[in-house]
Amino acid sequence: MADVTIRFGDFVAVEGADLSIEPGELVCLLGPSGCGKSTLLSAFAGFIAPYRGEIRADGEPVRGPHVSRGVVFQSSDALFPWLRAIDNVTFGSRLHAMGRAARRDEALEFLRLVGLETAAAKYPPELSGGMRQRLQIARVLANRPRIVLMDEPFGALDAQTREVMQGELDRIWRETGCTIVFVTHDLNEALLLADRVVTMTAGPAAHIKNIHRIDLDHPRDVDDPELRRIHVALRDDISEEVLRTMSSEGVTAA
Amino acid sequence: MIATPSIGPAAGSPTESRRRSYALAARMRRLATVLLSLGCGVALWGLVSLRYPTTLLPSPAETWDAGVELWRQGTITDSVVKSSQRILLGWALGLAVGVPIGLLMGRFAIIRRLLDPWVEFFRFIPPISFVTLAVIWLGIGESSKVVLIFYTSVFIVTINTLAGVLAVDEPKLRAAESLGASRLRVLRSVVLPSTVPYIVTGARLAMGNSFLTIVSAEIVAANEGLGALIWRARNYSRTEWVFVGIIILGVLGYTFDRVLRIFARRFLGRFQVRV
Repeated sequence: MADVTIRFGDFVAVEGADLSIEPGELVCLLGPSGCGKSTLLSAFAGFIAPYRGEIRADGEPVRGPHVSRGVVFQSSDALFPWLRAIDNVTFGSRLHAMGRAARRDEALEFLRLVGLETAAAKYPPELSGGMRQRLQIARVLANRPRIVLMDEPFGALDAQTREVMQGELDRIWRETGCTIVFVTHDLNEALLLADRVVTMTAGPAAHIKNIHRIDLDHPRDVDDPELRRIHVALRDDISEEVLRTMSSEGVTAA
Repeated sequence: MIATPSIGPAAGSPTESRRRSYALAARMRRLATVLLSLGCGVALWGLVSLRYPTTLLPSPAETWDAGVELWRQGTITDSVVKSSQRILLGWALGLAVGVPIGLLMGRFAIIRRLLDPWVEFFRFIPPISFVTLAVIWLGIGESSKVVLIFYTSVFIVTINTLAGVLAVDEPKLRAAESLGASRLRVLRSVVLPSTVPYIVTGARLAMGNSFLTIVSAEIVAANEGLGALIWRARNYSRTEWVFVGIIILGVLGYTFDRVLRIFARRFLGRFQVRV
C-alpha cells in the first residue's frame, strides 16, 4: 500500500501509510487501541475505500472484498450460527463450487488443520471461544486466500486460550506458508509471531511509526535475548504513543 | 427452574426420580394458579350477570348452553373451520409477500426509498375502512375476506423483516463477501437466516392482527365464520352468541400462537429464535 489516507467525513483516521508486504510474510500491526490499525486492515480487505492513496494486492488495485484476501474477525459473530462447523467451512466459494464428496473431504482437512475435526457437526454457539476462532481460521484457509488478514483474532479470548492459539497460529502459518497481516495491541503476541512488527502512532491521523524486523526462528522462546531487546524497543514505541494520547486527554502519568 | 448438573445421577436413580417429582409438583402448582385465575374471572362474571338481563349480559351458564346449542347445530365447527381457513390463507400470503419485500427493502436502498412511503401510509389505515371497497372490487366471495386478512398481515411482516435485515451483524456480511459470496448468495444464505427471529416475531404479530381483522372481514355476506356468528347474533338479539364467538376467537388465537411458537422452537432453533 502506498500513501494511504482514510477519512470518515472530516475525521482523518489514518494518514499517509506506506507498507509493502512480502509473500509468505507474517506482519503484525501493533498500536494502542483507537490508533487506526483495524481501519487500515479494513481498507486492505476492501471493506472501506481509502480517501487518498492506493492499495494493491499482487499488483492489482484493491476494489472491494475478494476471495484472495481472507479475513478473520475479532468477533465470532462473523461465523454463521445456523450452519454446522463443517458447513461454515464449505461456505467459501472455492469449496462451494466443488462436488458434495470432495467438498466434505476438503472441509474436514481444514478442520483437522485447526484441530476441530471432532466438532465438525457442532453449531458455533456450542463451541468455546477458542474453538470458534479456530473455525474462523479454517473457514478462511479453506478458500486458499493469498493473504490472510486477522483483526485481533484472539483479543476476546482468555489469557491461557490466547497463548495456545498463538502457538497454533504459528504452526498453521508454517504449515500453509500463507501471508498473514495480523492486527493486535498485545506486544508479546506480536513478538512471538511476526517477521516484522509495524508500530503505529496514536490516532487521529495515525501513521506508521516504526517497522521492526524480527529474524528469529519459529516457534520462539520469550526469553531469547534478541527478543528481549526488541521487546524493549517496541514497548518504548508504544508507551510514547499512549502517554501522548493521555496527555492530550488531560491525564498526566506519574 | 431446577439446574441440571452436567455429571448428574443416572436416570432412574432415586435422586433422579425425586428431582422429576419436584418438577412435576412445580408444574402442577403453575397449572393450579392459572385455573384459579380463570375460575375467579368466571365467578366474577357470574356474579355481575345476576344483576342484568340475558340480552345485556348473559351469565356463564347461559353462554355455555348457547355454546352447546351452536355446537349441536354444527355452527361452531363450521365457523372455526371457515374463519381459520381465511386467517391462515391471508396470513400465509402476507408472509409470502411481506418477507421478500422486507428483505429487498433492507438490502437495496432504492427499493426502500420507493416503497417506504406506501408502507408507512397504508399501515395506519385500519382494515375495516377497506371492507366496502373489498366487496365492490372483489365481490362477496372468499377473496374479499382473504385480501383483508392479507392486508392486515403484510405490513407488519414487512416492517419486522426490514428491521431484521438492518440488524444483521456487520462481520457476517463482511465475512460472506470476502469469502466470495455474490450479492444474491449473501441475501439468501446470510441475510435471510439472520433475519429469521424477526420474521417469526412479525408472523406472530400478523397472526394477532388477522384475528383482530377477521370479524370486520366477515361483516358482509358471510354465512359461516366466527365473525359472521357475532354479526348474526345482533339480528336475533342473541347476546350469548356474541360471547360464544368472543371466547372461541380468544381460545383459537391462543392455540394458533402456541402452535406457531412450538413450530419455531422445534424447527427454527438454530436460527437463534427465542419465543
